Amino acid sequence: MTETIHADGATVPPAAVEAGGTFEPVVIGFTCNWCSYRAADLAGTSRMKYPPNVRLIRLMCSGRLDPSFVLAAFAEGADAVMVSGCWPGECHYIEQNYKMLRRFLLLRRVVEAMGIEPTRLQLVWASAAEGQRFAKEVGRIVEEVRALGPLAWNEAGRDVPADVRRDFSALEREEAAAIAAEAASPPDAPPPVTAVPPEPGIAVEVTA
Amino acid sequence: MSVVPAPNGKPRFAMYWAASCGGCDIAVLNINERILEVDAAFDVVFWPAVMDAKYADLAAMPDASIDLTLFSGGIRSDENEELAHQLRRKSKTLVAFGSCASEGCIPGLANLSTVRQIFDASYEGDSTDNPDGLRPVPAFAAPEGELTIPTFLPVLRTLDQVVDVDYYVPGCPPESGRIAEVVELVIEALAGRARLPARGSVLGAGRSTCCDECSRERNVKRIDRFVRIQDVATIDPVLCLLEQGIPCNGPATRDGCGALCPAASAPCIGCYGPADGVVDYGARLMSAYSSVINATEPADIERVLDGIPDPVGQLYRFSLARSLLGGSRAALGARAARSATPVEAAAQADPHDSPAPPEAVLAVAGGTDR
Amino acid sequence: MTAPMSLPGEFDLAAGPLPEGVDSLSDVRVATPSDGRERIGVYICHCGSNIAATVDVVAVRDWAAEKLGDRGVVVARDYQFMCASTGQELIQKDIEELGLTRVVVAACSPHMHEKTFRTACDKAGLNPYLCELVSIREQVSWVHTDREAATAKAKAVIAGGVLRVAEDAPLEPLHVPIHPATLVVGGGIAGISAALEIADAGYPVHLVEREPSIGGHMAQFDKTFPTLDCAACILTPKMVTAGNHENITLHTWSEVTDVKGYVGNFTATIKHKPRYVDADLCTGCGICVEKCPKKIVDEVYEAGLGYRKGIYTPFPQAVPKYPVIDALNCTFFENGKCKACEKFCPTGAIDFTQKDEEVAVEIGNIVIATGFELFDPRRIEQYGYGRLANVFTSLEFERMSNAAGPTNGRLVLRDGVTEPRAVGIIHCVGSRDRNYNSYCSAICCMQSLKFAHLVREHTGATVYNFYIDIRAPGKAFDEFYQRVLEEGTVFVRGRVAEVTDAVRLPDEEADLGRVIIQVEDTLAGAQRRIPVDMVVLSAGLEPPHDAKETARLFGISCSSDGWVIERHPKLDPVATMTDGVFAAGCSLGPRDIPASVSNGSAAAARILGRIQKGEMELEPVRASVDESRCSGCRICNDLCPYTAIVFHEDRMVTEVNPALCQGCGTCIAACPAGAISGTGFSDAQIFSQIEGLLMVTSSGRMRSDEARETVTA
Repeated sequence: MTETIHADGATVPPAAVEAGGTFEPVVIGFTCNWCSYRAADLAGTSRMKYPPNVRLIRLMCSGRLDPSFVLAAFAEGADAVMVSGCWPGECHYIEQNYKMLRRFLLLRRVVEAMGIEPTRLQLVWASAAEGQRFAKEVGRIVEEVRALGPLAWNEAGRDVPADVRRDFSALEREEAAAIAAEAASPPDAPPPVTAVPPEPGIAVEVTA
Repeated sequence: MSVVPAPNGKPRFAMYWAASCGGCDIAVLNINERILEVDAAFDVVFWPAVMDAKYADLAAMPDASIDLTLFSGGIRSDENEELAHQLRRKSKTLVAFGSCASEGCIPGLANLSTVRQIFDASYEGDSTDNPDGLRPVPAFAAPEGELTIPTFLPVLRTLDQVVDVDYYVPGCPPESGRIAEVVELVIEALAGRARLPARGSVLGAGRSTCCDECSRERNVKRIDRFVRIQDVATIDPVLCLLEQGIPCNGPATRDGCGALCPAASAPCIGCYGPADGVVDYGARLMSAYSSVINATEPADIERVLDGIPDPVGQLYRFSLARSLLGGSRAALGARAARSATPVEAAAQADPHDSPAPPEAVLAVAGGTDR
Repeated sequence: MTAPMSLPGEFDLAAGPLPEGVDSLSDVRVATPSDGRERIGVYICHCGSNIAATVDVVAVRDWAAEKLGDRGVVVARDYQFMCASTGQELIQKDIEELGLTRVVVAACSPHMHEKTFRTACDKAGLNPYLCELVSIREQVSWVHTDREAATAKAKAVIAGGVLRVAEDAPLEPLHVPIHPATLVVGGGIAGISAALEIADAGYPVHLVEREPSIGGHMAQFDKTFPTLDCAACILTPKMVTAGNHENITLHTWSEVTDVKGYVGNFTATIKHKPRYVDADLCTGCGICVEKCPKKIVDEVYEAGLGYRKGIYTPFPQAVPKYPVIDALNCTFFENGKCKACEKFCPTGAIDFTQKDEEVAVEIGNIVIATGFELFDPRRIEQYGYGRLANVFTSLEFERMSNAAGPTNGRLVLRDGVTEPRAVGIIHCVGSRDRNYNSYCSAICCMQSLKFAHLVREHTGATVYNFYIDIRAPGKAFDEFYQRVLEEGTVFVRGRVAEVTDAVRLPDEEADLGRVIIQVEDTLAGAQRRIPVDMVVLSAGLEPPHDAKETARLFGISCSSDGWVIERHPKLDPVATMTDGVFAAGCSLGPRDIPASVSNGSAAAARILGRIQKGEMELEPVRASVDESRCSGCRICNDLCPYTAIVFHEDRMVTEVNPALCQGCGTCIAACPAGAISGTGFSDAQIFSQIEGLLMVTSSGRMRSDEARETVTA
């Protein structure tokens, strides 16, 4: 028995799962120039090791974080997004990380309502001195996302799957042929006009 | 027998309704007596809402023979899609008319549900009398021959997610006054007395947002709470609705409607879509609302956000199909089968998935393989 | 080679002439030109083996040319050290000869060399803001071990950079003039040093001090370590010079209430609290103070150990010398009576009608020298301060020890008479303590040693110092410690558990009435209970109680502790992240007098350099509002801590002042109409970077290639 009656989300095999290997998530990290990016740099200069799954974007301030960026990252193939900024009270631009925090909390609700697990959108505060902590948090997030599996949003179908599409050009050719055939054949005789007797029980009003 | 209207030298006009409510067609008719200008200026060759039309007639028209087509409604079935492709081929200028064609509008909210969920809701439940649990099928072998109905596609798409679109007229529906202006502009352009803006532009609306047209008093925003309008005893007629805690989408919604809703103390729900250049309408609103919440502790912020119990509905009511994510994960099909192991697949299965309904009585032999 | 605008297909430039001095290791792969699009050069640095040992730079180079060619890459090179002059010349030559319109360098962190490469591009005629530096060292080769994964990530990072750079816009720095006047906030030793330096150079200074006199805490000290110079003797000449200096305007008994503007062009509003004394008429004779019948405990200067009058100068060498009436404790202000000061004033200088007065001053730069406050030892209840009479704070001790202090230099118990036979000095009170302040207060060890010496000098009492470590790093500091050791001070290494007057052990009966210090002597490995007569708590330093408000007022950041954050802890210790606002002295954190003086002079030197240049360049990372798309919703209006966002009621639109804007981008992200855009970090740039970063899978393949293969499979 066929399960689907109408097209119900065809699947495209995931590219993210390596043949025979473990799933390597791709995480986009938004960092702020003064604190969290410097923390990442410090992790680097201190030669701390963390998984290579996070790709960082530098903003001047976490307050620059537009929810569209996070949504674009998910839509274009990220398995998770990490947002990172100065600790509350220590923002280089005084208090802009609070504004980001408010946006983040609403964004997380929306993202969750769309079916993306909250683990895939994480907020990490890190000051410029916390290179080790930054590395640790990245490691933690990567493992948590690895356990969830790929998000694979951009492989999902907004496109109609091939097996669902009808061939419109073929249909059109059929219709055009039918019209041409009809035009070529003699016109039908008009049907005879007969009086239609009134249905019983329905009064027919004849207005003059 | 089909009748193809003979060309009479006037520019040819078509209007189509795909997955729509018909409101856009009514809005066009609501330009009242100016409809006579439309009739005078154009040869209306295809407008199913208003006059009889056959698909065969449309199919027989030469390519690019329709000067202006207003396409309203979203693309939900393959019939909608077929007509989108056809009308694109047959039209010189194709306009995504109204919110459905431009952004998905309310039908776009169905992108939060899988087809199964939609069908379960439609064909089952306390208010539905369907004792045999029938479901529609795309093809049925009747004694007289095979009957087909359009296939319900997995998601609703906007017109420009299917074909190239020349212009957009936003609104649910577009305000009739604006429609009249657009019609006027097109008539002038066809007569060589005016020029249409660059392809891809929005017509019949402004470049800013609803607040530009709203006459309410606005101050520096510090929101302490969000309330639902039905929970408010009185609404200050002068003060900005958002400042009164009523989530008003006006700040992110393109202007052009005259800010009619806020003027009537109803919060803007966003039917005119995003302002110029905006990629994701809901994201703009998300950012705007949250940036002005008057709280810094996460617990306090969450308490304020609890005042918007359905953020997706509030923020993406009209624009979900066009948004960056486009719909829910379940609806877009990005789940279960993608995992590495069957165990993971089972774990990720949509908990809302109900077991397959009983085979419809009138199913085609051999089943459908879609 | 001439500068071709399009190159004839693929060829290997390695066959042609290489730039002079270029290592032959440098190889080149040229992709098909991008016809009309940006012409992007990609330069991948080996950084010796720092990058090349982990990232396959040659493979990445080839990949960039092949896979990013349709994104505009016309040349991809790798080189040992891109930051070297030969590396920079590679870029410059390509700009000139290949007509590059954009440059991406994949090397170290932008914080290291962004300026280097931007300057190199500028010299070659390419706008410096069309050059991106992406980090494949700090963010890739130094933190990942798997060569394949690191190489894949390097590709992704470069793809992000290439797509982003295509959206970069040429920017010009802003030039702003610098007003020659400077505002120094805080009249302690750091503020005075900064003010004198600038004033001596010939430029005007406004020196604002909250108290009636400048001098700060240093004016309270007795002797300074390690030389035992008298603090007042070395401070007061500077105070007098500052008070008399033609270029220094003193605003004492005043506070800054508002600051507007941006670097080079600030306007500060200074509120003068009413002294109720007319400075023009007062001769400083002091009769008013003598005649005033109201005696009040002086909590500020005398640390609560002495008295002052209702009308007072804080100390005899006060600058300015004019007294001030403490309106909260003045009989006239209480009930309209007395007015003794007015009666006896020979020049009629008393004026009870004075009110707050605000003046606005135009300045170019600001120095924050607001100093410290002492940690309140009452918070450590077990030390008994405030409960046990003979427990003193360090400042109280300084006042007692001072010959001009409330006890005329006699070290006595609270009864004012009895000399102690034994004194316990406790280090690290409220410092190096997770329960209070984790940091070390820097000066308490030396201060405690100084106290030990002074006690022995004044009284000959037995002195116990209870310490964790002895921190004596400065010049002659450790020698001073040796000296104090030789004087016979007893050092007990241990954190004092309790200071108590309760006798518990039988043989303590004799010590009834004394104070007993219970401590674990970690070197002896035993608990000890040591009876003393006086305890001195070397309380730690804390930022002023209103440090956060001060930071807000001046648009700077302070850490969660409350200390001002410097621009760079190593290389820029007196500048803040806000252009035009500097900091000196203990406002930045605990430090001693020579460090505070150095800070003040350093800040002054920076400011003088700017004043002499006359104008300054600002980074053009700024937000701006497209007024045609602004609806006047005002959602952005409350988002700017720099008051750069201004709403125009007449036009119902918002504007961003580009000189005030610090480029954080918060308003850009918040605008619901998308009417605010930003240079340097525009939406287009960031969306492109996201796209680029996600173009490459974790195994280093192009995502589009994989998708195509899967569909056809």
